[in-house]
Amino acid sequence: MSARHSRSPAIITATVLLFFYLPILVLVLDSFNASRFAGQWGGWSLHWYARLFQEPAIWNALRNTLIVAFSATAASAVLGTAAAFALHRWRSRLQKVHYALVYTPLVIPEILMGMSLLLFFVALHVQLGLVTIFLAHVTFCISYVAMVVLARLQDFDFAVIEAAQDLGANHWITLRRVLLPMLAPGIAAGSLLAFTLSIDDFVITFFVAGKGSTTLPVLVYSMIKHGATPLINALSTILLAVTFVVVSITQRLTEE
Amino acid sequence: MSDPAPEPPSLPPPSRSRAAEWSVTAPSLLWLLALFVAPTLIVFAIAFKPADPLGGIGSGWTLDTLRSLANPNYPVIIWRTIWISAVATVFCLLLAVPAGYCIARTSKKLRQFLLLLVIVPFWTSFLVRIFAWKHILHPEGLIKHTLVALHLSPPETPLLYTPGAVLLVMVYTGLPFAILPIYAGAEKFDFQLVEAALDLGCSRWQAFWRVFLPGISRALLTAFLVTFIPSLGSYVIPDVVGGPGSEMLGNKIAQRVFTDRNLPHGAALAALLTVAVLIPLILAVLSRRASAKGGLAKAEGGALR
Repeated sequence: MSARHSRSPAIITATVLLFFYLPILVLVLDSFNASRFAGQWGGWSLHWYARLFQEPAIWNALRNTLIVAFSATAASAVLGTAAAFALHRWRSRLQKVHYALVYTPLVIPEILMGMSLLLFFVALHVQLGLVTIFLAHVTFCISYVAMVVLARLQDFDFAVIEAAQDLGANHWITLRRVLLPMLAPGIAAGSLLAFTLSIDDFVITFFVAGKGSTTLPVLVYSMIKHGATPLINALSTILLAVTFVVVSITQRLTEE
Repeated sequence: MSDPAPEPPSLPPPSRSRAAEWSVTAPSLLWLLALFVAPTLIVFAIAFKPADPLGGIGSGWTLDTLRSLANPNYPVIIWRTIWISAVATVFCLLLAVPAGYCIARTSKKLRQFLLLLVIVPFWTSFLVRIFAWKHILHPEGLIKHTLVALHLSPPETPLLYTPGAVLLVMVYTGLPFAILPIYAGAEKFDFQLVEAALDLGCSRWQAFWRVFLPGISRALLTAFLVTFIPSLGSYVIPDVVGGPGSEMLGNKIAQRVFTDRNLPHGAALAALLTVAVLIPLILAVLSRRASAKGGLAKAEGGALR
């Protein structure tokens, strides 16, 4: 039998995975390099991390990033869960339109969403700042939360809701005691995805940020553009570490 | 409930009322209408507005902004945007098909681990991953040093700031998006069909080309869309690892907005990009519909026989 199966897919897969991780590994390694030149190894050092934490701009950007990420995650978790519930529960023409609206932001290029929101805010004379970043982030996070929760709803038994209502539970109690606890792992996974997307978003944020509301990715970008100091390696490594922690939590949540 | 709406019998769970549906749907529907649909339409409207010297949008209507698209630089940039995106998509699919196949065929335990390895880049910062490539493609970086040490490249040829670098990084960022749908398609595919084809005398290549690929055609279409469409809108990749010879439409939009502060001109370019993105999307939806109908007709034909 084994002669029938080619080995080349396995070799290609291994190469692809190496391709995925090699640049990231080099970057992480170089963030601990005492030398400021990437080409030569100057020994292990935490020098760049120490320098990074002395930059006041980092702390300001971190503050902005977290304010937006927490508020956008909370809002999109509520809106996205409601959207997923409606999409799963009803099969009307309204839901077809609703599905198209939830799905399209996932495929269109980010620059179009950033550009259209910028023009929208300028046309309405809305001051650019953390509020416009929040509005933009909620807009793309709704779709991701909705898709994750929708996948979770596929194996949801609606008889439970009927049963709760037959036993005298009103809408509110059914929602709080039956529906939300059962959907909790899906909502949590969707929220974590929204949180990392918000923390990492650069393109849309860059268009709608305006002056004075720099987030971490916007700061990383300006560091990349204006002289690549090893500080970016250290900052990137920290961002990667945060992501790995969030992914492993999500993996636990969606395992069962 | 107060207003029991008449239920079509085909509905899976009985919904209590139309009002309930509207109240659950309204928040996300209204949000997306206000902050996704309205802004997209505004892009098209502002393309007909004059620029104001302060970097805002002028009053009145004009066709001058659209006329400025006749700038002789644009056809070159549009053509480059399309070919870089197309070549990057082809490379993504060529690598994603064997990888998705391989992951779907391994044992359950290994599969979970491999999938995690594919998903992690999807979660990690886009900007950081692009910067990682700039870091190793740099004249002082790892790849250049290795190539020169192996005498594969003369020290003076640049790797960074070339269309090749843009293509490489676009494949790198697009590949996880291509692998996931192909894996999902391959996982549902019935591999006994391949075994049957081999038993009936097909070569391995024929079995792959004529049985496996048609079997995952929907997954291939999804993989194509999720790599090609975002590629058309690339902006950060050509900006960070590309040079003046590898600018794409996204870079021009950003330049109009951030450098020239001419929003209407940027809007006209964004409208052009929107149309470019909608064409493959609509074609895909139509072909999916056609194939669904074709499948139905075939099934009906089979039943008649």
